Amino acid sequence: MNYWDKEKECMPREYLEKLQLRRLQETVYRVYAFVPAYREKMEQAGVKPEDIRKIEDLNILPFTTKQDLRDNYPFGLFAVPMSDVVRIHSSSGTTGKPTVVGYTSKDIDTWAELMARALYSAGASRYSVIQNSYGYGLFTGGLGAHYGAEKIGASVIPTSGGNTKRQIMLMQDFGSSILTCTPSYALFMHEVMLEMGIKPSDLKLKAGVFGAEPWSENMRREIESKLEIDAYDIYGLSEIIGPGVAIECPIKNGLHIAEDHFIPEIIDPETCEVLPDSAPGELVLTTVTKEALPIIRYRTRDLSTLNRSVCECGRTHTRMAKVLGRSDDMVIIRGVNVFPSMVESVLLNIPGVEPHYLLVVDRRGNLDELEVHVEVSESVFSDEVRKMENLGLQIGKELESALGIAVRVRLVEPKTLERSEGKAKRVIDKRKL
Amino acid sequence: MAKQISVFLENKVGRLAHVTRVLGEAGINIRALSIADTSDFGILRLIVSDPTKAYRVLKDARFTVSETEVIAVQVPDSPGGLASVLEQMTEQELSIEYLYAFLGTKSDDALVIFKVEDIAKARKIFNEKGIKFLDESILYKL
Repeated sequence: MNYWDKEKECMPREYLEKLQLRRLQETVYRVYAFVPAYREKMEQAGVKPEDIRKIEDLNILPFTTKQDLRDNYPFGLFAVPMSDVVRIHSSSGTTGKPTVVGYTSKDIDTWAELMARALYSAGASRYSVIQNSYGYGLFTGGLGAHYGAEKIGASVIPTSGGNTKRQIMLMQDFGSSILTCTPSYALFMHEVMLEMGIKPSDLKLKAGVFGAEPWSENMRREIESKLEIDAYDIYGLSEIIGPGVAIECPIKNGLHIAEDHFIPEIIDPETCEVLPDSAPGELVLTTVTKEALPIIRYRTRDLSTLNRSVCECGRTHTRMAKVLGRSDDMVIIRGVNVFPSMVESVLLNIPGVEPHYLLVVDRRGNLDELEVHVEVSESVFSDEVRKMENLGLQIGKELESALGIAVRVRLVEPKTLERSEGKAKRVIDKRKL
Repeated sequence: MAKQISVFLENKVGRLAHVTRVLGEAGINIRALSIADTSDFGILRLIVSDPTKAYRVLKDARFTVSETEVIAVQVPDSPGGLASVLEQMTEQELSIEYLYAFLGTKSDDALVIFKVEDIAKARKIFNEKGIKFLDESILYKL
């Protein structure tokens, strides 16, 4: 088994929890002292830092949301003076003011350690050639993976996203052994490879570390068979630190959350009650070592479950289940919760159908309607109308039985669905509620 | 026997114009065509002067394309000409998926493109019954 830092990753839980408590207490004292917004919220809730005596006391602390980051735009939640901040990242801000995050040089080092653990877990070493196709810039993906790969001593190719044909040429010429990008971009790269007449067996690619968007087990199987690699899921979000918050080990049964730096909880997104570990709900994370932007009980909007048993790989850190969707991505149609990932699983189970799809929700009269656009690949295309109509009907039937609501399927030309080279857009909600 | 190029088209403005433009720019002539349409999509079927090249240029232009085997049958260009061919096919239980007419010929016969379920059986029957069908090398040059 490949560990970057065995002492931390396999620390007995008893010690790990002691470490977490000490670090949590320090963090709570620090935000209370240095961040007016946290002090105000804690005062409103009647909580003092000394009330945190055990880890379970975490649940008396108020939650932090994306809105809190926006309300304190840009630097209001920073707990250190700007002279100690060495890096600033930011979200794109497509849904409002961007969220801004800051790092001290120790934070940057912590992040690199976490990414080094993640890449090591996926089999990287100093001999690896890591092609990093996460976007470089304000987005945390590119630089996050980059620093971790350099920490390991691997050879990094900082290709960033886009210019796919050149990426593939470099992948072949430089002998990239590990690819880091979003899972949808990995599949897109495969399409372009075929167009260029390059087979995965012509490449030295062994593994991929994919994240920044939810993806299903089926999509993993598809990536693994098409690209002939091992595909690992990585989890992270800029508000917490960036990629590297959690990573899969070779067992691929959940992602280990770096618990020496973060404390996970699962809550009911409606009632905000803490749920038992195995119950699906919204993941909440608290940072316990972050200096510039400590975050208490951040509501990630990602839906998952927790498993605290020791993993076969020897790591003791709690595993979160593969994220099955974001509560923001979830669309409620006639009272039924629908996640794009459910549609994806269904499509991948129909031979020849590609997982390129778009959910369009509309309201006609008083009725919500779900239309799923599915691309017609060459392997399912027929010159006979009857066969094409049957394909649409078959997809519709399978979707209906999986989702529990009526679905209208619309067959569309390939590559007409937005194939962003970053995150794939899966839902268009046209309802005017 | 002949190769038909089939193209998947969404029902969107300009898609058909785009296909024909791509073919035109590649110097490919359309010899026969038909469109089967539904409310969401259409399937364009083409007989062209150079099917191999047409397949490639359309694929490069990112259309979903396939090649289909069809038969170009010579039908007497007189009242009842098509009927007698179809009657003989019915008698022999040769089922037809679809058919469409060719755009113009130099001979006295009309040309009809047939997509049949069993192409080997069709050839055999046509030979036995003296129904003429065109070799692809002649068809593309018409």
